[in-house]
Amino acid sequence: MAEILEFDITGGDFIQAGKASSKIKKKLKQLNIDSLAVKRIVVAIYEAELNVVAHASSGKLTVVFEPGVVIVTVSDSGPGIENIGQAMEAGFSTASKKVREMGFGAGMGLPNIKKNTDELVIESKVGEGTTLRFKVYC
Amino acid sequence: MKIEKIIELTAARVVAGSLKTAPEITKAFSSDLMSDVLTLDHHDIVLITGLANIQLLRTVEIADVPVVLLCRNKTATPEMIELANEIGIVFLETPFSIFRAGGILYENGLKPLY
Repeated sequence: MAEILEFDITGGDFIQAGKASSKIKKKLKQLNIDSLAVKRIVVAIYEAELNVVAHASSGKLTVVFEPGVVIVTVSDSGPGIENIGQAMEAGFSTASKKVREMGFGAGMGLPNIKKNTDELVIESKVGEGTTLRFKVYC
Repeated sequence: MKIEKIIELTAARVVAGSLKTAPEITKAFSSDLMSDVLTLDHHDIVLITGLANIQLLRTVEIADVPVVLLCRNKTATPEMIELANEIGIVFLETPFSIFRAGGILYENGLKPLY
């Protein structure tokens, strides 16, 4: 039977950012998932979590653990992405100075999520928010 | 390279973690950009950095980096040390710059990732 973990993400809170990813990593290890797959899953989730913290006021992260696959949904009430194709280009960034000072915002988040996942769908509406759905087979 | 050797070569001090359980390190990567660290496919590296904030620790946890060398006399906060202990990495501080620490470690046999 599938197990589900859900987390609320607070926009702008860089102190808490990554806590959900950390908990998910522990859960994946408990499930005895191969360490390379664990890294791919948590890197993708952490990048998505950081995107919400960097750009949105709030968001929700849902992880479904099924045999052989981890399914992740990250939705936020952020500004939305005007041009998804452009956002997928390495180096394109709209991150603030504060985000860059934290060591992020180099325009590598979405390309890195794509690199680490087997399926990725991005839906976004300007002024409403963005939803990422991705799967990693393991 | 053993962690003890990294400590000796860079005049570092241990602020968190146990040297007994630390793996032997063969490669190093220098960056203040955590976005770069998240793209690495390698394990068992030392990250040489000047970034002193809590997201440094979150990033190395997610990226499976076992050893961090914080350069140029930057000081880890109590929150950073607590998190480093919780995730089980070896956290070092050195007075050397990133360039100097990296140069000495390279000269003594540590390999670059790229």
